[in-house]
Amino acid sequence: MKLIRLKYTKWFNISKNGLSQNNPIAIGVLGICSALAVTNRVENAIAMGLGVTFVIVASSLMVSMIRRFIPPRVRMVTYMVIIATFVIVVQLFLEAFFPIIAAALGAYVGLIITNCIVMGRAEAFAAKNPMRFTFYDGLANGLGYTYVLILVALVREVLAFGTILNYQVMPDGFVNWTVMAMAPGGFFVLAIFIWIIRELTNNYELQQ
Amino acid sequence: MTDLYRLFVESILSQNIALMFILGMCPLIAVSTSVKNAKGMGIAVIFVVSITAMINYPIYLLLRATGTTNIQLLVFIATIAATVQFLEMFIDKFFPALYNAFGLFLPLITVNCAILAVSLFFVNRTYTFVETTTFAVGSGIGWALAIILVAGLREKMAKTSDVPKGLAGKGIVFIVLGILSLAFIGFTGLVS
Repeated sequence: MKLIRLKYTKWFNISKNGLSQNNPIAIGVLGICSALAVTNRVENAIAMGLGVTFVIVASSLMVSMIRRFIPPRVRMVTYMVIIATFVIVVQLFLEAFFPIIAAALGAYVGLIITNCIVMGRAEAFAAKNPMRFTFYDGLANGLGYTYVLILVALVREVLAFGTILNYQVMPDGFVNWTVMAMAPGGFFVLAIFIWIIRELTNNYELQQ
Repeated sequence: MTDLYRLFVESILSQNIALMFILGMCPLIAVSTSVKNAKGMGIAVIFVVSITAMINYPIYLLLRATGTTNIQLLVFIATIAATVQFLEMFIDKFFPALYNAFGLFLPLITVNCAILAVSLFFVNRTYTFVETTTFAVGSGIGWALAIILVAGLREKMAKTSDVPKGLAGKGIVFIVLGILSLAFIGFTGLVS
């Protein structure tokens, strides 16, 4: 009985939206730049996913906290400044504690600012909802983003380098499929991933 | 001089910012439904990316001189937002015909990551001012080229092809982008 009631709570709906129904990458097709550019290695994908999750949660909380004081005309600029501040925190943290990953991600850490997911959650959810739901929504969307990133990175790293997290998994005779580490590989893997998710969830996009 | 020429051609073709560095994908996918819109967006990006890179370069020198490069992200994004706002008002006032053609796309540009990326790349690659300008103009043209190519293919595809149900809409755009990207790798070493 309790389980059935759980299905109709706001908490359940928020997590379903973030993780599957409206997954930011697979269904919303937002934040693609970082999703493809950094997913040639699993470790980069994990770092990027967690960084983005932190920025979404922190900036949504902040926006939600001061949502009654932001004048509607300048709200975009306000969101921008809040997001940029947290991105700088992530950038400094990575440079201080994980210099190798920071070097591999390069400019893409800074580009979290223009990641449409962060801005989208601030505008579509945080500006209208109290803090406890906002926190959970940020977490669900961030994790929805992270797991897609890791799955794409798994496929690409195995095919491109024959490794997972730098451990050799493919047999010795395996010829590295270098193009998977480059941009075209990312495009193809993500296209196939979107195809699979849409078939599984029966959620098709109508032809324009 | 040949170095600048190479930088320019590479930033349009073999180092294309959209197809090789996968930047500015959100607007590229959203706006590439018709060639007309793609042209407007492409021209707007060429303008904004060149102007913001030229403005951000001296600002970066100032930040470096005062040892405050930690806040470069915040400053760059503020410059971009302000420039876009200013351009929109300026074009609306003095060139209304031009504004009707692509003014609609200007506000979208603030969140186009290609613009911010060009400003971050010149920091990472330690370009001079002339190199930065060349790179910015080339990247803008490269991005416009990519979006117009994709839009042309999508227009044709909407009429003639039978796309699988699960790939219809945005999914098939990634396949198109992947094939274009493979083709653009072929331009590597065009200018030596």
